[in-house]
Amino acid sequence: MSGMSTLFDKLWAAHEIARRDDGEALLWVDRHYVHEGSFNAFGQLKARAAGIAEPGLTFGIADHYVPTRGSRRSIANPEIARMVRTLEENTAVHGITLFGLDDPRQGIVHVVGPEQGLTLPGLLVVCGDSHTSTHGALGAYAFGIGASEVAHVLMTQTLWQRKPKRMRVSVDGRLTSGVAAKDIALSVIARIGADGATGHAIEFAGSTVRALTMEGRLTLCNLSIEAGGRCGMVAPDETTFAYVEGRPYAPKGAAFAQAVEAWSTLRSDDGAEFDREVTLDAADVAPIVTWGTSPQDALPIDQSVPDPAREPDEARAKYLRDALDYMGIRPGTRLTDIAIDRVFIGSCTNARIEDLRAAAAVLAGRASKVPGLVSPGSSAVKRRAEEEGLDRIFRDAGLEWGESGCSMCVGINGDLVAPGERCASTTNRNFRGRQGPGARTHLMSPAMVAAAAVTGRLADVRPLLAGRKV
Amino acid sequence: MRNGMEKFTRLIAPACPLDIVNLNTDQLIPARFLKIPRAAGLGKVLLHDLRFDADGRERPDFPLNRPAWRDAKVIVGARNFGCGSSREAAVYALYDYGIRCVLAPSFGDIFAGNAVQNGLLTAVISDEEARLLMSMLAAEPDRHVDIDLEQQTVTCGDRAIPFAIEPVRRTRLLNGWDDIALTESFRDRIAAFKTADRMRRPWAVPAER
Repeated sequence: MSGMSTLFDKLWAAHEIARRDDGEALLWVDRHYVHEGSFNAFGQLKARAAGIAEPGLTFGIADHYVPTRGSRRSIANPEIARMVRTLEENTAVHGITLFGLDDPRQGIVHVVGPEQGLTLPGLLVVCGDSHTSTHGALGAYAFGIGASEVAHVLMTQTLWQRKPKRMRVSVDGRLTSGVAAKDIALSVIARIGADGATGHAIEFAGSTVRALTMEGRLTLCNLSIEAGGRCGMVAPDETTFAYVEGRPYAPKGAAFAQAVEAWSTLRSDDGAEFDREVTLDAADVAPIVTWGTSPQDALPIDQSVPDPAREPDEARAKYLRDALDYMGIRPGTRLTDIAIDRVFIGSCTNARIEDLRAAAAVLAGRASKVPGLVSPGSSAVKRRAEEEGLDRIFRDAGLEWGESGCSMCVGINGDLVAPGERCASTTNRNFRGRQGPGARTHLMSPAMVAAAAVTGRLADVRPLLAGRKV
Repeated sequence: MRNGMEKFTRLIAPACPLDIVNLNTDQLIPARFLKIPRAAGLGKVLLHDLRFDADGRERPDFPLNRPAWRDAKVIVGARNFGCGSSREAAVYALYDYGIRCVLAPSFGDIFAGNAVQNGLLTAVISDEEARLLMSMLAAEPDRHVDIDLEQQTVTCGDRAIPFAIEPVRRTRLLNGWDDIALTESFRDRIAAFKTADRMRRPWAVPAER
C-alpha cells in the first residue's frame, strides 16, 4: 500500500466498527430509509419481537405504492392502500419519522433524502432499494440492501460487509449542448456492460463531473447500479456544500462550518490506487437511447439497432435476437425511425427540478404527439415546478401533470405502460415488463424524452434546441 | 426467516439450465407480486412472465416447465444472474419454488447477499463451465447434479467442476448461521464506536429542526 487512500477507502474506514479474520467488517450506518416495500423487514422484526436500535436515524418515506395520477385522498385498490397503511403503522409503532402520503416533504426516497438535508457528505446511507447508490452524489457511501439486511440495520444500526474493489470513472472535457448526465451514465454502462462494475465501488471524477450540478451528479450515481456497481460517488466540493447548506436536517451555523472542514478531506489522495480505471472524453458523449432490454443496450441517437445476422458470436447473436424480438424492432432499424406510443418523465433517476426544466425547455410552445405522464421527483419539486410555470408547459403540450412517487418507473402503484406499448422514459430500467407486462421501454434523458414526445419517435434533441435558452 | 435458516452441505438434485444473460430480479419476480406476504409462498410467481403467457397458460418451451426440470432444485444460469432491483423476494421466490442453489458465472451483488441470508447457495463457475453444464443437461435432462459445499464442487456425470464462493458465505451456509446473533456479541464495541463517533463526527446526526 502506498499510504494513499481513495475517497471510498476513507468513507469505509470512518465506519468500521470491527473487522473479522475472514475479511468481513461491521459497519456503522448513519442514515437508513424505509418505504412501503420494507414490510418484509418489519415482519422479521415482529417475528423476533425485536425493537429498533436507533429510531432517530431511520426515516420512512412513502413512494413505491403511492398514487401519482388523480386524487390521493383515497386509494381504490385495497392491496395498494394496505401497503401505504402498513408503512404508516410500522413507522408509528417504532417511533420512526414518516414523510407519508400527505406530508409536504413526501417524494421519492432518493430525491427526498438529499433534498431534506438528511443525506450528507461522509455518511453511510442504506435503503432497501438498489438505487440508493444515488446518494453517493454528495460524497456518501450509499448502497441498496435486501430485507434481511434492512431488519439487521433496524435492530443494530450496523451491517456486515465485505469491502468492494475500487473503480474510478473519469470524464473530462465539456459536454456539448443537449447532452446530460444521463448520457454520460448510459455511455459508461454501454461501454463496461451491465455487470462491468460488479463488486466495485465507483468514484466518478474528472472535470466534466466536477462541472455537473448536484442534480446531474445524483443522476450519474443513481445509474451506478445499472453497471452492477455496489455504489457510486462523487467527492464533495463547493457545489456539494452550497447544495447542502440551509437544508432542513443539515448542520447549521458553526456546526455546518465544522462539517465542511471535515467534508473537505473527503477526496481521493493524489496517487491513490484504483483496482480499475475507466476514462471517457466528454466530447465523445452524444445523446443516447436504449434499444433493448438492459441498460447496456444503449447507442447514440444517430445509430441503428444491431443486426444479429452480422454478429459472429452465436451467444451474442441470440442475446440481440431475444432483445429485439421483445422490443418489436426489426434488426438494423435506424433509432430515429422507431415510433413511440407514450412518454414518461419521472423516477429517482430524472425527476428533479433541473430535469423538469430540461424537458420543459424542449416542450415549451410545442405539442406532444403522444400521451404521457410527468411525475415530479418530490412534492417539493412539484411545488417549485408550479412556481416556475413548468406544469403549464407540460399541460399545454398535452401531457399529464401528476403527483410524486415511483409511478410508471416500476408500475406497482398501478401506473402502467400497456402490453406492447413503446414508452420513451427518463427512468433507469428497460427490463422486460418493468413498466408493465409486455411494456417496451426506451431509456433516455429528460430532454430526449421531450424530443420523442414532440416528434412521436425517438429523436435527436439537438435540432429542437436551436434558438432556445437551456 | 433467518432464525430457522437451513444448513447447506450437500445436494443431489435435478438442475434446470436457464441460458439468459442479465436475468434480473424483475424477471425472477415481477414487481406486481411484491405485495404478496412471504407466508403465502412466492414459488408460484417465480419467473412468472417467462413461465406463463399473458393468459396465464404455461409456456411449454420454458425450461422450468419441462417435465424433467419442473422439480429442479438447482439452476444453471448465465452471467449477471439476479442483477437489478434489491428485492429479496427474488430469493424468496426461488427458495419457495424449491431452488437451493444457483450456479452462474456471476451474480448481482445485492442478490448474492440476499441469497446467503436465506440459505440459497450462489456458486460461481466459469462461462465455459456453465455452457458445458447446460449442454450436458440439455442432452440428458433427467441427470442429477451433485453439489458439495464442503468440497466446493459440482459433479455432473463424470465431470467434477470446482466452484467459487466467498469463504464467509460458505461458512454461513454450512452452519445455517444467523448474523443477528453474531452482531449481538459485538454489542459493546458498537456502543463504544457510537460514543467516539459522536465526538468525531458530530455533524453526522440529523440536525434538530
